[in-house]
Amino acid sequence: MGGREATMVLLDENGIRCDGRKVDETRRVMIKAGGLKNADGSAYIEFGDNKIVAGVFGPRDVHPKHMSDTDTGILRVRYHMEPFSVGERKNPAPSRREIEISKVIKEALEPAVMLEMFPRTVVDVFIEVLQADGGTRCAALSAASVALADAGIPMRDMVAACAAGKVADTVILDVNNEEDQAGQADMPMGYMPTLEKITLLQLDGILTPEEYEKCVEIGIKGCMQVYELQKKALSEKYFDGENGKGGRGQKR
Amino acid sequence: MSEIIDSLKRARIEELLEQGKRLDGRAFDEFREISIETGAIPKANGSARVRIGDTEVVCGVKIQPDRPFPDSGDKGIFICTAEMLPLSHSSVETGPPGPHVIELARVVDRGIRESHMIDVSQLVIKENKSVVGVFADNVVVDYDGNLFDACSFAATAALLSTKSPKWEFKDDAPALVEGSEADLPVGTIPVSVTMGKIGQHVLVDPNADEWQCMDARVTITTNSDGNICAMQKGGHDGFTLEQIKECGKTSARIGAEIRKKFDGISAGSDTEQ
Repeated sequence: MGGREATMVLLDENGIRCDGRKVDETRRVMIKAGGLKNADGSAYIEFGDNKIVAGVFGPRDVHPKHMSDTDTGILRVRYHMEPFSVGERKNPAPSRREIEISKVIKEALEPAVMLEMFPRTVVDVFIEVLQADGGTRCAALSAASVALADAGIPMRDMVAACAAGKVADTVILDVNNEEDQAGQADMPMGYMPTLEKITLLQLDGILTPEEYEKCVEIGIKGCMQVYELQKKALSEKYFDGENGKGGRGQKR
Repeated sequence: MSEIIDSLKRARIEELLEQGKRLDGRAFDEFREISIETGAIPKANGSARVRIGDTEVVCGVKIQPDRPFPDSGDKGIFICTAEMLPLSHSSVETGPPGPHVIELARVVDRGIRESHMIDVSQLVIKENKSVVGVFADNVVVDYDGNLFDACSFAATAALLSTKSPKWEFKDDAPALVEGSEADLPVGTIPVSVTMGKIGQHVLVDPNADEWQCMDARVTITTNSDGNICAMQKGGHDGFTLEQIKECGKTSARIGAEIRKKFDGISAGSDTEQ
C-alpha cells in the first residue's frame, strides 16, 4: 500500500472521485467468455484499466501424481503478473504477493466448483495480468469464474468479485490504483450471489465497526453488478442472447 | 489410515458442535490459555515467547540501520516474517516456504502494519539516505493450530518489549549513539482474532483438530480504538453476510479482552503473563 498522503483530491465536494466516478459506481467492466483456442475454457476481462486473461485446463491427470486425491478433484490456481503490467518492470518470477493471491483466489473458487465429481483429477486455472491498475485480484477472480464456466465444469454458482474501500472518510465501491495508494482502506470481496456466500475477503486499512458493515454491504452490491456482466458474457457466447452474437456450443 | 481417523474425528467434532460443545470443552468464543513471556532472547532488541494451548511461537526483533525504499525516503522500514520450523510438526519440510506459510507471514505482517502500531515516520536517521529497520521474525516451535494469532501476539509483544538503539548521521553514514536506547514509537496495539467455520458453527481460536477439519476461516485484526484494520478469509468455503458481520463484532470484543494481556509489557521489562 505504501504512502498514504492525500496529495490529490480523492473525493471532491460534489462526491465525485478522482476518475470522475460516484462513490457507489464501478469502473467500466467488459467481460468476454472464450477467446483462447487451446484452453478448455477461457475469459478476458477489462476492469477499468486492468486487462486480464484467464485460461482453464481440465479436469485432467494430476502431475505430480502424489498431489492427486482419490476422493475429489483438486483445483490449482496461478495468478501471475507480466513484467510490463505495472509502472516499473516487475520481476517475472512469482512474488510472495502473487503466491498469496493465487491461494486466496483458489480458495474463493473452490466452494463454487463441483470438484468431487472428478476424483483423481486437477482443474488448472491460469490467470495472466497483462495490465494492472488496482483491484487485479477481484478482476482476476471474476474472469476465472467465467473461464471455468466456459470450460463446462459443473459449478454450484459463479464467483463475482469487486472491492469496497474508504477514501476521504467515505465508503466507496471499486477502489482504483490511486485510491488504493492514497486511500484509507481497501477490501476486496468475492461473492456467490445465488448461494449468498462470501468466498474472498481481505482488508487492509482502518474501518470503524459501522464502516466495516457498510463496506461489506456495498461490496456485495458491486459483486452483483459484476455477476450480471459475467452471465451476459456467457450468454453472448453460448446463446443468441440480446446482442445476438455467437452461437450455441461455438468454440471460440 | 490417518484419513479414517480424520473423518471420524470430524464427525465427533460436528456432533459435539450440534450440542454446543467443543472437543476440548471450550465455549465457541473462548480462546485457549494464552501465555506471553517477553525478554526471552536477550541478544535480540526485543523478544517474546507466546503459547496458545500447545502452539508455541518465538519472535525476535532486530533493529539495524538500513537504506529506505526508493519511494518512501521519509519512512523507516518495518518487516514481519513467519516461518514454520521442521521440529514443529511432522509435515513440515525444510526448503522454501509453501503458499500457506507465505500467507501466514503476509497476514501477520499486514495486521501489524495496517494498524500503524509502529510509526515508521519516526524511524528516519537521514531522509532519503538512512532509516531504522525493524525486523520482527517469528518462528513456530510447536504446532497446535491458529498460528495467525500466535505469531501476531508474539510479534506485538516482542515489539512492545523492544529497546531500540539510536543512530545519528555522520560522515555520510549512520553512527551508533552509545548508551542511548529508546522505546519504539508505538501508536496502537493490534490484536488478531482468528475464527474457523465448521458446518454452520463459527469457533474462535481453532486448535489443530478443528483447524484440520474446518471449512473456512477468517482472521480479523482490531486496533486499540476497536476499529478493524486488517482481514483475511481463507479455506474452501464461504461466509454469509450475517456470519461475517458477527465475526467483525466478535473480533472487537475478544480482541479487547486479549489486549489487556499486553498492558504490562514495556521495553526492558522481562515479564510473564
